[in-house]
Order: sequence, then structure tokens, then C-alpha cells
Amino acid sequence: MSETDSNPSLYAVIAEFSTPEAMLKAAEKVRDAGYTRVDALTPFPVHGIVEALGIPKSRMAGLVLTGAIVGCIFGFALQTWLTVYQYPHVISGRPYFSWPNYIPVIFETTVLFAGLTAFVGMLVRNNLPRPYHPIFSAPRVEDATTSKFVILIEAADPKFNLKETTEFLRKSGAEFVGEAPFEAADTERNRAPLLS
Amino acid sequence: MSASAPEKTMGYVEIPEVLDLHHTYDTATDKINDVILKKKTPVPIAVAMGICFLLVGLLFTTITKLVSTGIGIWGNNQPVAWAFDIINFVWWIGIGHAGTLISAILFLFRQEWRTSINRFAEAMTIFAVMCAGMYPVLHVGRPWLAYWLFPYVNVMQMWPQFRSPLMWDVFAVSTYFTISLLFWYTGLIPDLASLRDRAKTRVSRFITGVLSMGWRGSARHWQRYDIIYLLLAGLSTPLVVSVHSIVSLDFAVAQLPGWHTSIFPPYFVAGAIYSGFAMVLTLAIPVRSYFGFKDFITQRHLDAMSKVMLATGLIVMYGYAMEAFIALVYSGNPNEAFMMKNRMFGPYAWSYWMLITCNGVIPQLLWFKRVRLHTPTLWVITVVINIGMWLERFVIIVTSLHRDFLPSSWGMYAPTKWDIFMFIGTIGFFGFMMCLFLRFIPMFAGFELRELLHKKKSPPH
Repeated sequence: MSETDSNPSLYAVIAEFSTPEAMLKAAEKVRDAGYTRVDALTPFPVHGIVEALGIPKSRMAGLVLTGAIVGCIFGFALQTWLTVYQYPHVISGRPYFSWPNYIPVIFETTVLFAGLTAFVGMLVRNNLPRPYHPIFSAPRVEDATTSKFVILIEAADPKFNLKETTEFLRKSGAEFVGEAPFEAADTERNRAPLLS
Repeated sequence: MSASAPEKTMGYVEIPEVLDLHHTYDTATDKINDVILKKKTPVPIAVAMGICFLLVGLLFTTITKLVSTGIGIWGNNQPVAWAFDIINFVWWIGIGHAGTLISAILFLFRQEWRTSINRFAEAMTIFAVMCAGMYPVLHVGRPWLAYWLFPYVNVMQMWPQFRSPLMWDVFAVSTYFTISLLFWYTGLIPDLASLRDRAKTRVSRFITGVLSMGWRGSARHWQRYDIIYLLLAGLSTPLVVSVHSIVSLDFAVAQLPGWHTSIFPPYFVAGAIYSGFAMVLTLAIPVRSYFGFKDFITQRHLDAMSKVMLATGLIVMYGYAMEAFIALVYSGNPNEAFMMKNRMFGPYAWSYWMLITCNGVIPQLLWFKRVRLHTPTLWVITVVINIGMWLERFVIIVTSLHRDFLPSSWGMYAPTKWDIFMFIGTIGFFGFMMCLFLRFIPMFAGFELRELLHKKKSPPH
């Protein structure tokens, strides 16, 4: 942590690559060197980067399943409660509890709840929307949404040392290595969950 | 580069790759973004937009007249109580289905050719569902009370009737719209981010910055993103089947000959996909040539979509044949048999035979590769299919209703000018929204195209 303390205005060091293969190779080296506060910025989802950087597996699927189950129960409970207890009417001679008629609406609420959970869950877990992030002030980082593959190591990483880390990234094949500073106006709040 | 050389087939025609592999990540992305950031609107698109804008004016005029007077200005009355409103509703919803099929089902099947057309087709879905939604809302007569359709706690102590297919429709269509919109927007987030990083002016940076929500392409984000994109595709797949099945239940649950048939759900779903692909092609063919995207939407896409149309068209024809067989032979029901004879030889026989011509006969040309690869012919066929699918709904609704069990209640139906204004007004609205989309939103899924480029260019490992 010594380097971070001496240079609190540094957020991370970034290394730029032109191909996903080069980035993956470097990512494995970064992981094997023991860095943990690391991330990659890529213009499309790169298969294998999560394992290469040692990022924990996401639990989105379980969340969406929960949403689906809640939606399913909601659809069934809503219709049962309304047609049996709250607002019972005989419709074309069917019993109050005519569950086969509930199926279409149950299906729709299941899909609706699951879909909303997926979308909102992805945003919340990713800490989006997030209008500002210190990585945006890194040099050349705007190419990471188009054509370049970037690995970043945060200054907050326990193993981080500006000189050594920069040298290490250069050696692992990066075409460009740069520093992402915190902007002067940054507050502590901005630093809280930077990797999410 | 051997990979980009067209693959030879049959000697006389060549089918190119799904994407021009001379592109790099940069050139492909810039080409998509430049439409929004740099290029001027192509003249034909600007003209189309102007015409569509006038039609939107016509639509609003019609709606004003409709709401201030009442639905009596439409031609539907007893015995044809459902007419243009439901015909057009079903037609538009059906068109929407191709978007979901392309974005979700073909995604699950890992069809590479979907990548260049999914964004475009999803936008088409959203606008088509908007057009569809207008009809039932206006047909309730008092559209300002349309929210009564939803179950909400109210002082009247009244609740919706959940055993009615019309109620199922409310849930199906609103869920379909919501999920389609979420799926579309989810796909847009990374592309809006790349647009943000290429934008030059403050205004465009601000707008794309807000809409892309600070997306930076982090590996952690992509991991969650990938999972929910797959899950949304998985959720949309049964949804697309359910929506048109439920729409068909509006008819099938009724007792009317011509409607009361259990083949409706699959036959409607096939018809929906058929018309949807026709509409995607009707729009994609001019767009790829006016915006210069023949390297993204290649002949291979047109060929693949033509084949899907041919297949679904044959399912639809099978549906017509089965419908006639059940009514005339199998059911032994005199009312069913009469309905079918009346449909084929009664006063609306022209519409039935035009339907068979448009949907059954003319699309058989798609068996020939030469036709599939001849763009102008293909475009005409897609328009014919769009007309045919509209006629299908006209035949099902009007010819079944106008002569039911009691000859004393028979009658004829003709649309009024307001029916027609409303219909062309929604076409204008749809076209106008499509033009806005083409102009302001990335019309190709950039990140998926980059992924495809990577997959095509790097050797398999």
C-alpha cells in the first residue's frame, strides 16, 4: 500500500492490447503474479477473461430464477385471490377456482418478472448507471469500447507498486501502458466500489 | 484472404460471407457510428421520412376524430363487429414477431447471420407493437379508461375477468412490449458507449453518455451482461410463441365457425413469423443499399431470410389446407362447411383467392436461388407476402363474421375512409419511427459484429 499512500491521486495503471489473445495471455500473467484488484475493458465479451483474471463467477442466473419464481407465484396468487375470494363471479359455468384459465397470465407474469429482474439486476450488480468513473480519464481508454483490449491494475491493489507494475505490464506484451489518475474533484464516495 | 472469398455454390451464383472480413474492429464500428455522427441522411430516407411524417399527421387527425366522435366512424357494426381494428392489430403484432425470432431464437441457435439484422429487426418489433397497441386501446371506445384493463386496487371494487382471452392479450402484449424493449436496450448499451467514445460534440456526448449509463466494457460487467442477454433470449423465445398463440385464442375460444378451431395457435405463430420476415426484408433491402451496408447485410442474409419465409409460408399453406379439410370434410358440421364454402365462393371470395395467391402461390418462386438472390424480385415478393398476411386476417375475421348461423343476421362489411386513414396512418407512424431509429440509433449490434469478426478471423482453438 505504500505507493498508494504516497500517490493518492493515482487510480490505476492500464495496459493496452490489440487482440483478445494477447490480452488473455497477459491477464494470466497478472493473475499469476498475485494481483487481485484487476479488471479488463474490452469492446466485446471476451471468452475466458473472467478465468484468466481470476474474477469470481457471477450469480445472475440464480437472481433471475428467483424473479421468475416470484412472478409465477404472483400471477397465480393474484388470479386465485381475485376470482375465488375478492371478486367471485360465475363465468360461462366455470368453477371459481378455474386454474387452467390462469395459465396464460401466470406465464406472462413469470416472464415479465424474470426479464425485469435480469435487466435491473444486471445494472444494480454492475453499479450502473454510473456517469463518472476514474478510468474515463485514462489516456486512450476511449478505444476500449471500439477496438482495444485493456487490462487495468488498481493502485489500491496490495501488490501494487507504480514502477514495478508498469514494468511488469510492459513486459507482458502491452502496446501501451498509461496511468489513470483520480480527478481533482474526486471524493471518497467515488472511490468506494470501483470494481463491481 | 481466403475466408472472405465468396463461397462457390451451384456454379452460377455465389453466396458471400455473413460479413465482409476486410473490416477491422475500427472500420466496422466507425461505419456504424458514422451514420449517426457524420453522414447526412440519404435523400430517399429523408423523403420517406417526410411522407411518413405527413401520414403521422393523418393518424393523429383520425384519432382526434375517433375520440371526439366515437368508434361509430369505423365501418364495423353487427354482424361484423370486429374488422379493421383487429385485422390491423393482429397484422402488426405478427410483423413484430420476426424481430424477436431473429434476436432471441436465432441467438440461441447460434446463427451467425442474425448478428447484422437483429438490432434492426428488434426496432421493427417495438414500433410494430406500438402500432398494434393503438387499435385495441382505441377500440374500447373510451381510451382514457384503458387502464381499467389492468388489475389495480380501485374504489369501484372491480377487477378484470381473467378467464377471457382478451384479458390474456392485455398481459401478453404488454409483457411482450416490455421484454422486447428491455432486450433491445440491453443490446444497445455497449454500442451507445462506443458511440459516446467517438462522439465529437458536447450534445452528442452528453446524450449518448446518459443513455449508455457509464458502460465501460469491464470484464465483470460483461460477465453479468452475457448471462442476462442469454436469459433474456431464453425468456423471449417462449414469449414470442405465447403472444401470437394468445392472440389466436381471441378467436379460437369463440364459438363462431371459422374461428372455433384448435389449429389456430401454431398456424398464427407461423403466419406471424412469415409476415415478420417479409417486413424485415421489405425494410432491409432499401436500407442496405441507401446507407451502403451491403457488406454487413450480404446476399447471404437475404438468402437465409428467404428460406425462412419459404418454410413458414409452407406451414401457413398447410394451415389453410387443414382448415379447409377440417371444415369441409372432417368436422361433419354443416355450419363449418357452409362457412368454408362461403369463404371460397361467397361475396368475399376475391379476398380468399387473393390470399392464396399472395401467400401460397407467388412465394413458391423462392424455391429458386436465382429469385432469392435477385434483390428487386425478392423485395416485390416480400411486399406481396405482407399484403397476403393482411388478407389472411381479413378473411378470418370478416368472412367468418358476416354470415354466421342465422341468415337473418347476415350482412356485409366495408371499411369507411376513417378505417383506411387509421391504417395508413399507423404505417406512416411505423415508417417515421423506423427513420428516426436509422438516423439516431446504431442500426447494427456493433459489439456482436466485433465478436463475430474476431470469431471469423482468429483460428479456432
